[in-house]
Amino acid sequence: MEQKENIIELRHITKTFEDGFHAVSDFNLEVKRGEFVTFLGPSGCGKTTTLRMIAGFDIPTEGEILLNGKPITKLPPNKRPINTVFQRYALFPHMNIFENIAFGLKQKKVPDHVIEKKVKKVLELVDLEGFEKRRVSTLSGGQQQRVAIARAVVNEPEILLLDEPLGALDLKMRKEMQLELKAMHKELGITFIYVTHDQEEALTMSDKIVVMSEGKTQQIGTPEDIYNEPKNAFVADFIGESNIFNGIMTGRLKARFCGGEFACVDDVEEGTHITAVVRPEDVILTAPEDGTIRGVVTSVIFKGMHYEIAVESGKNEMVVQSVKAAKPGELVGMKVDPDNIHIMIAEDHTNIFAVEINKSHRLEYNGTVLDTSLTKIIRGSRRSEDGTLLDAAGEEIDPRRIRVIAAIGPGDIKLTDHQDEGLVQGYISNLIYKGDHYSYVIHTDMGQDFVVNDEYLWNMDDQVGLIMPVEKMTFSVKR
Amino acid sequence: MKKVWKAVIIVFVLLFLYLPILVLAVYSFTDATQLGAIRGFSMHNYVTLFTTPELRNMILGTVALAFSSAVLASVLGTAGAIGAFYSGKKTSSAITAMNQVPVVNADVVTGFSICILLVVVLGVSKDTFIPLIVGHVTLCAPFVFLSVTPRLKQMDASIYEAALDLGATPAEALRKVVIPQIFPGIVSGFALAVTLSLDDYFVATYTKPATFDTISTYVVNATKGAQTTIKTALWALSTVIFLVVILLVVLMNLRAGSKENSERAGV
Amino acid sequence: MGKLSFSRKSLGIPYALFLALFVVAPLVVLLYYGFTNGQGQFTLANLTGFFTNPNTLGTLCYSFAVSVTTTGACLLLAYPTAYILAKSKIRAKSVVLMIFIMPMWINFSLRITALKEILTLIEGNLAFYPFANAVIGMTYDFLPFMILPIYNTLVKLDESLLEAARDLGANETEAFFKVTLPLSVPGIVSGVAMVFLPAMTNYVVLDMLYNSTYIMGSLIGSYFAAYNWHGGSMIALILLAIICLFTLFTKGMEEENNPRGGALL
Repeated sequence: MEQKENIIELRHITKTFEDGFHAVSDFNLEVKRGEFVTFLGPSGCGKTTTLRMIAGFDIPTEGEILLNGKPITKLPPNKRPINTVFQRYALFPHMNIFENIAFGLKQKKVPDHVIEKKVKKVLELVDLEGFEKRRVSTLSGGQQQRVAIARAVVNEPEILLLDEPLGALDLKMRKEMQLELKAMHKELGITFIYVTHDQEEALTMSDKIVVMSEGKTQQIGTPEDIYNEPKNAFVADFIGESNIFNGIMTGRLKARFCGGEFACVDDVEEGTHITAVVRPEDVILTAPEDGTIRGVVTSVIFKGMHYEIAVESGKNEMVVQSVKAAKPGELVGMKVDPDNIHIMIAEDHTNIFAVEINKSHRLEYNGTVLDTSLTKIIRGSRRSEDGTLLDAAGEEIDPRRIRVIAAIGPGDIKLTDHQDEGLVQGYISNLIYKGDHYSYVIHTDMGQDFVVNDEYLWNMDDQVGLIMPVEKMTFSVKR
Repeated sequence: MKKVWKAVIIVFVLLFLYLPILVLAVYSFTDATQLGAIRGFSMHNYVTLFTTPELRNMILGTVALAFSSAVLASVLGTAGAIGAFYSGKKTSSAITAMNQVPVVNADVVTGFSICILLVVVLGVSKDTFIPLIVGHVTLCAPFVFLSVTPRLKQMDASIYEAALDLGATPAEALRKVVIPQIFPGIVSGFALAVTLSLDDYFVATYTKPATFDTISTYVVNATKGAQTTIKTALWALSTVIFLVVILLVVLMNLRAGSKENSERAGV
Repeated sequence: MGKLSFSRKSLGIPYALFLALFVVAPLVVLLYYGFTNGQGQFTLANLTGFFTNPNTLGTLCYSFAVSVTTTGACLLLAYPTAYILAKSKIRAKSVVLMIFIMPMWINFSLRITALKEILTLIEGNLAFYPFANAVIGMTYDFLPFMILPIYNTLVKLDESLLEAARDLGANETEAFFKVTLPLSVPGIVSGVAMVFLPAMTNYVVLDMLYNSTYIMGSLIGSYFAAYNWHGGSMIALILLAIICLFTLFTKGMEEENNPRGGALL
């Protein structure tokens, strides 16, 4: 197979908006000619911003964009051989369908008779023959979508950018358009860069998926790679349904999580903190005595092809897909084939948790006010006379529109018997001796796992309080 | 567009709109009788404005006229909008069409035609104030109608039925459910009616009693007269109105701002 | 069920009667007076009189010229202003807009008085430049009514349409002329409607500035002063005809929001 050259390269792209919000940080990507690449991530992850930088609507703060090896970082959008299908179509309401589609060609001064031929051909491609004279407002959403695609494709761009193009369509229409877009990609041979938050759409259509979160690339790979070998907990959680557990390697090819010790195939050093991913379809229900772990069925939902069964095992919940029904309240065993346990090393043990800004504009976690200065955390902010928080422009900050994330290292947390002294309470769900100290995983009452290093020995399932000094925390602001 | 050009345009338009008012405001605090020669600071224009019975009556009369015709216009216009909204298509479009006439019509024509009907044909005396009030209500009510109608259209149609379903009589349903929903429209319609009446010259000229003056008719006559005390007292009046308008705009913005905030915090 | 809806519908009756009595009936009376003479006999004399009298015809043409120039001047000032405001990145846009439309709420006669003082200071006798002063006075009076509707259409303009135009190869200037300008036509039409018709009829601005009565509306005033109801009615009818023509012409092109009310809603 011939080695295809890169059509577009993004090198160390960073985009910081005027208000200090990092939309994208150090983003790297190479796209080969003719590929179908999808940016996948939740809203606000930076995927649309990245697309807009490729289109030329936004200029990166740092980094370089190369098209066919030549830099185009600051080239205005009208000078780029790249066209966009916009999220809400952006069809010109004062022009008819013909004029909309011909817009780009007329800009290029293409002769009229050529324009007419090309528009006719592209309308055939999107199954809208004879729509030339119709007005935009007389078209259904699906038809407008097709016109938007035709308007971009008719210019024969080197790259077609699609910004959540199917987001506004109903489910049935969306499925149809997915197939059509895929077919169109094959037929035209143009490079597609596609943005979506719908993982199923990404898995169905793409050659390559870029999973993004909080402005950073989480994983780049084929749909199969992304699904079967997620690189971290975020990807595992975002792609498909997963049971995700924090655990510790307890021996060679042995990991303890979800209250049991499982055999696995990933060779990770003993004592390492890990994240274990188990897909619901890979959990096998057994008789209680035959399972690696046991639990009580809490709910059973019929999903057509299978049953979705939730099992409570100790304080963990495992979601299971099974073709056989179970009864709520029933005691069952569960085992997982070692092949189907995906072990990821939890490389960073720093505990990260969201804190709230309360009504009096103070930081709060688990009902306790944190004694720290918010104005230092939010760039450019200051307090007004009545104590409310103002941003750099002097407008009141809406606590619901920003999130503050706190981080604290495992060695900075102390465990205590006196639970009330802790900022948050929980039980010890996992532990391992690390030579000079113990490493604990504490599942808090707020439903989050904290990793804590402590020199004293505590037992599994001990109820403890976590003392977390504010001065050891670092804070960052997200929108 | 270049930044400099933007600034030039904005500054020019602002100067054009505000320079005359501001210059007059400065002169109103002096004893000058015409622009150019300032001799010293003086409040005598303001003293004249608030102590001359003729001026005081004219101002109070204008305000009283504005509020009474705005109240009448709001009641009539709101009831009309509700009635038209719930009527059949023919009735509704007939009312809307009639309503549109005073909106697009020149005020001169509106004033003159009402004067002919009431004074010339029906023989109503202008001294009864009836032609004047009728004229101003005709001028204002259509705008109340126009600001209430969109609110009715936005309103969830089933809430009226829900109220009936829960045991309210039609009148109660209107009062307790429909009116609160369209209230913002009524308020802005009322405010608009007040400003229209305050600003009117033409309708008043053709319908007012000879001995009564609104600010507009008074000022127009005064500019033609040569009475300097009255002329400079009007500078003071213009400054006072300017300040009142600024105050109202600031209050409106504060209210809009705090409403937004409480909505944010409330949910 | 019939009884229920009757209660709601009947609320419209007083207003419908009011409109019939004080909007429709006066127009009928105008028609009657315009086409009769003092003895109550049908006549076309008022109509033919208007079109054969060089004085009244001259007034019509002069008003038309003043009105067209005023509308043009307003458009020239208002469009860039509205455009700059709508595109600016400041967050308190609506507050800044308020500054530009606030003059609308200050009594026009007082504002014209202020303008007259300034113009007198600059020009000396205002009667030397009647046409220019008429245009300046009317522009001063009506400018906010032009800014508001244009701003309203521009601020609602979907930014992604401009991006689409740029994406398809248009530079900034081309994008403005091919997308922004055509899409702001409804605002322009509304603004023109708010300025053109009043400028033809609002004689009091000129009257205040330099005692001129050379504008359409003032003909009504002079017939009124002379108790000539028949001549006045005919002028009113002619004005009505002009208004109807204009409204028909611009029908369906206007901004939906009523500009006179837009600022307050």
